[in-house]
Amino acid sequence: MTATVGRVLELGDDALIAAQRLSEWCSRAPEMEEDIALANIALDQLGAARLLLTYAGELEGRGRDEDDLAYLREDREFRNALLVELDNGDFAVTIVKLLFLSVFQRLVYDRLRAGDDRRLAGIAAKAVKESTYHAEHAALWTVRLGDGTEESHRRMQAAVDALWPYTHELFAGGTEGLREPWLAEVAKVLDEATLDRPADGWAPSGGRNGVHTEALSKLLAEMQVLHRAHPGATW
Amino acid sequence: MSARDLVAAVLDPELRVVTIEELGILRGVDERDGRVTVTITPTYSGCPAMDAIRADIAAALDAGGFRDVAVETALAQPWSTDWITAEGREKLAAAGIAPPAPATKVSLTLSVRCPRCGSPDTEELSRFGATACKALWRCRACREPFEQVKPL
Repeated sequence: MTATVGRVLELGDDALIAAQRLSEWCSRAPEMEEDIALANIALDQLGAARLLLTYAGELEGRGRDEDDLAYLREDREFRNALLVELDNGDFAVTIVKLLFLSVFQRLVYDRLRAGDDRRLAGIAAKAVKESTYHAEHAALWTVRLGDGTEESHRRMQAAVDALWPYTHELFAGGTEGLREPWLAEVAKVLDEATLDRPADGWAPSGGRNGVHTEALSKLLAEMQVLHRAHPGATW
Repeated sequence: MSARDLVAAVLDPELRVVTIEELGILRGVDERDGRVTVTITPTYSGCPAMDAIRADIAAALDAGGFRDVAVETALAQPWSTDWITAEGREKLAAAGIAPPAPATKVSLTLSVRCPRCGSPDTEELSRFGATACKALWRCRACREPFEQVKPL
């Protein structure tokens, strides 16, 4: 596997698994508008995932298309960061995850759109606009809930504390330089939301090497069951 | 009719008042050796209407006698709401959908005029709407809710 295939798979898997997690909120979000918002964001993530996985399959040159990569790989073959596979938890956890992820994706896509790989640049130039919108949405909720009631503040701080360790993995393998701009943007939002930035310490990783939490296995079981039960079926 | 005219008249499946040309998602129609190659671009990466648009383009060309058709997708340059034509904007407004303000890099809130009564006294209800490209607004003057094609 060339470095490029691996990198495209990482981005594609981040988007695919985030899409699956976000879509779990469909019909369950706290209000109708948010239900539509999360479903829309999931759709954007899925769109980016399809483009990236299609490209990864072509680069790999083994004849695998987007569906093969999404539905027929085992958990050890996925390259997404652990952050995106973690359970949704409550709405606070979902929003904080979205904030951390979408700011990261915006920075990555922004860099790729000016890169040498024109195919990747085209995908990134589209996705960067969408990630910007996702990050704005997550930031609005973070401020509203963090600087909200005592209970919403407590839940948001708990979510930030629980997820913070998982953000370190995002900045390994070619994206190290993005941690500083990421921190600047996220810290600004946390500050406005009266939330404390946790200390850096434990930094779980493994997702980029295919070593995942059990949360991914359960997610894949649900996401892949239909395709595996009825191989090649079409509508 | 030319292949170009047939394709340009195809309506967007979700915004049925504008054509794909007015929406700015038609990139090109190339006719060579009897084969028509149409290039389109998605509004959003995950726009679920793309399959319907491809099918509608093929059907329109087929009805005009063009049998050998290929529909390709191009991503670069990325679509912007600035590509919606003046006619497209007028048609959207006439259908009660507020056309987008110019897409800017700076994040600022521009007043969106109510497409029904024209009042600028409006408020955003939700940043996301029934399709990826729209947001939900409400007019404080006439109290009517309306959709807006959000600037991108």
